[in-house]
Amino acid sequence: MTDFAEIWSYLARGPLLWLTATLVAYAVGDACFRAAGRKPWANPVLIAVALLAGLLWLTDTPYPTYFEGAQFVHFLLGPATVALALPLWDNLPHVRRAALPLLAALVTGSVVAAASAVAIARAFGITGEVLASLAPKSATAPVALGISERLGGSPTLTAVLVILTGIIGAICTTPLLNALGIRDWRARGFATGVAAHGIGTARAFQVHPVAGAFAGLGMGLNAVLTAFVAPLVLRLFQ
Amino acid sequence: MIPALLTLLGAQLAGETLTRATGLPLPGPVLGMLILIAGFAVFPGLVAIVRPLAQGILGNLSLLFVPAGTGVVGHLGTLAGYGPALAVVLVVSTVLAIGAGALAFTAVAKLMKMEPEA
Repeated sequence: MTDFAEIWSYLARGPLLWLTATLVAYAVGDACFRAAGRKPWANPVLIAVALLAGLLWLTDTPYPTYFEGAQFVHFLLGPATVALALPLWDNLPHVRRAALPLLAALVTGSVVAAASAVAIARAFGITGEVLASLAPKSATAPVALGISERLGGSPTLTAVLVILTGIIGAICTTPLLNALGIRDWRARGFATGVAAHGIGTARAFQVHPVAGAFAGLGMGLNAVLTAFVAPLVLRLFQ
Repeated sequence: MIPALLTLLGAQLAGETLTRATGLPLPGPVLGMLILIAGFAVFPGLVAIVRPLAQGILGNLSLLFVPAGTGVVGHLGTLAGYGPALAVVLVVSTVLAIGAGALAFTAVAKLMKMEPEA
């Protein structure tokens, strides 16, 4: 009979174990999220990442070994970005009707998100790879990772910053917009999607369907705009 | 399933090729998304072909961030060193961006005398 250590060393080298572990960790994270009543602080991605990071540390597994299995999930980020065409297409009539306010909110939100992040970070003495990883943090993750890579940032660090931005946006948006006295669901949802991408969009859908549709639209449009804004802002502050 | 997958991958492949060929600052998949929207406009039948797969992928979008997010294990030193500064950066910039975006929308809507959807 083969002993457990041998089986483990065989499995730990192949992609099957870590692909399965990724899906299990996400399933656990999603179950926690549902159990917590879909509160934004119980983010399933954050829970899954914490579980996997702990598992890698416990089993002394290097990240590249893990990634050989997880890359099959990671690859889908590209097709997922392309698939964002669908919600954008579905909302095209809305876009035509409110084109100018949407354009103003998109440009303002996108520029403020990138410029304030880079400016404040610069004031704290953050430079180089970390600064470049921050610039695209309001864009949806698949897009932000691509931009970060092109700017000389670290895609894995950007992934973490993007997720944290989404969680912060999802928690802050309702009290913030109430305090500002903004009642238009289109303005509320759209600004949330621009600044806090998919996690903010999920939150907007919980609050109001119109806010949700406009948040998805904001996320999709900012994915395109951030690709242009982030390199410009970074050049300005470097 | 296969035609839908082919459409998404084809648009992504076209996007990647075009950004590399032209030196555009866009990530390939973002250009792929714009190409697919143009495809929807030219061939409206594409929308129904792509919809089930696109909704399936977008419905589980969060899962796709997990492998990259787990890369945090390589950045624990960075995060510990810059932790408080990064927390301030993320909170302040996100709050400013949401507030400024929503105010810009309502200001322009008011200028154009549009009815609010509240």
